[in-house]
Amino acid sequence: MNFYITYFIIAAGLFAFVGIFTLAGVYAERKISAFIQNRLGPTETGKFGTLQTFADILKLLQKEIIVPAAADKILFLLAPGIIFVAVYLGFAALPWAPGLIPSNINIGLYYIFAIISIETLGILMAGWGSNNKYSILGAMRSAAQIISYEIPAGFALIAVVMIAQTLNLQDIALQQGILSTEKIKFLGLADVTSAGGILAWNIFQAPHLLIAFVIYFIASLAESNRAPFDIPEAESELVAGFHTEFTGPQFALVFLAEYSMMFLVSMVGVILFLGAWNTPLPNIGSVHLATWTTGAVWGVIWILLKTLGLVAVQMWIRWTLPRLRVDQLMNLCWKVLTPLAFACMLISGVWRLWVM
Amino acid sequence: MFKNAINGLTTAWRGLTLTIKHLFTSNAKREIIPITDDNYFKQQQNTNTIQYPKQQLPVPEVGRYQLDVEIDDCIVCDLCAKICPVSCIDIESIKSTEGSIGETSDGSKKLLYAAKFDIDMAKCMYCGLCTIVCPTECIVMTNQYDRTVFELKDLNYEFSDMKPEDAAEKRRLLEQQQAEKQAAKLAALKAKEEGK
Repeated sequence: MNFYITYFIIAAGLFAFVGIFTLAGVYAERKISAFIQNRLGPTETGKFGTLQTFADILKLLQKEIIVPAAADKILFLLAPGIIFVAVYLGFAALPWAPGLIPSNINIGLYYIFAIISIETLGILMAGWGSNNKYSILGAMRSAAQIISYEIPAGFALIAVVMIAQTLNLQDIALQQGILSTEKIKFLGLADVTSAGGILAWNIFQAPHLLIAFVIYFIASLAESNRAPFDIPEAESELVAGFHTEFTGPQFALVFLAEYSMMFLVSMVGVILFLGAWNTPLPNIGSVHLATWTTGAVWGVIWILLKTLGLVAVQMWIRWTLPRLRVDQLMNLCWKVLTPLAFACMLISGVWRLWVM
Repeated sequence: MFKNAINGLTTAWRGLTLTIKHLFTSNAKREIIPITDDNYFKQQQNTNTIQYPKQQLPVPEVGRYQLDVEIDDCIVCDLCAKICPVSCIDIESIKSTEGSIGETSDGSKKLLYAAKFDIDMAKCMYCGLCTIVCPTECIVMTNQYDRTVFELKDLNYEFSDMKPEDAAEKRRLLEQQQAEKQAAKLAALKAKEEGK
């Protein structure tokens, strides 16, 4: 019986984390966008406006759920839940620190990619159920975009998996630091198994993974419907895309899903390419920086820092680059990223055979 | 295709460096300098937001915002009400019974009481025509632009300083005088007819 209680505590903890991250994320996004545009952002609610998003969520939760008369009620009411749960379930297989992982399953990466593609289904349900031109257009664009970009993202990930020879995310994390049981070679040349640190990260173990990382990062922007790939909710064209008709708590759930998706894809990127919870500080001679900064607490700190860094880059890109047109989007995906991802996978195979 | 890709990456990077520079510039409050200052248009780098009620851009003392009437200088000539394109000025005048009731600051004689001098600021379009036609320059535009009210009728500014009972008294006097005149006129007419 006791393990059920553990499960509930873990699930509630992850949900609380996702909620807090969303509140902080929205605040950060508003502040970053404001500073980039020489504005001030929220300043009135709380010190420096820190309570602004909290006030916003209180307002959203108190609002009425309006179901349009012509909507397909079942699909419409289910959609935000499915969108959020699909992303939320993805968090189950993400490692936080050595020995700290909600669910240590040996096909973790596969599971994550399977479960977050259900989000597309939720978005389609939302668009179709709303019975609204803008919503259905947004949902169709979103589905086309997410399905297309899963191919380069998937192949970029397969390039890593071929190097790591496992789908277990905790094992992939272990292989990128001083706790590794295998030999780690920096750029395939120098043995850095005992030094660890930034030198042992996957992108430095095999340099072509840096390109794979860039491909994955661009594709992950598209998968989380973020600018410059935000045509599914393009404000200037489609009002708000698939979530045009949602109000109150349902809208809050859609927003929660968007920000959790940002965190999730960033964290997957960090785990596969940027050394997961491993420290960036290497052991240098008798100064054992890596050994000192490895552990459960350090792991959580490092992975949070790296992931939040990537999330910040996502926001930075959002407030810089203009939106891609739909044909440019597909052009980039199929003619540039997919062939490059295939090339990365090929190099991974060669690397595994001849270098490692 | 490679050229395109390289071009795309370099231009994207240029944009990103630009935004990151702005991200880390000063986020201090905007320094408030009037628009007449030479540096006004050079404030491109720092915060652009004016936090309005706390910070205000200085406006010139001769700003052309809300109307104000110096009622002591008004000769109730009604020119402003006539020229107003939106009829936002409403004036009721009562003729004085004892001739001049005083002088304005520029020496014009006042012959009329202003029983009512209302300007509806909700209707006013700030064209300033009334200030141009005013012979005594008693109606002017001020630098006061910030006025928020809860009731629309609060935007109807009443400038007349006469009490309603005073106005009623003057009205009664005028009627009485007119009645007397009328009577005198009638009497004169009668006398004329009798004398014929």
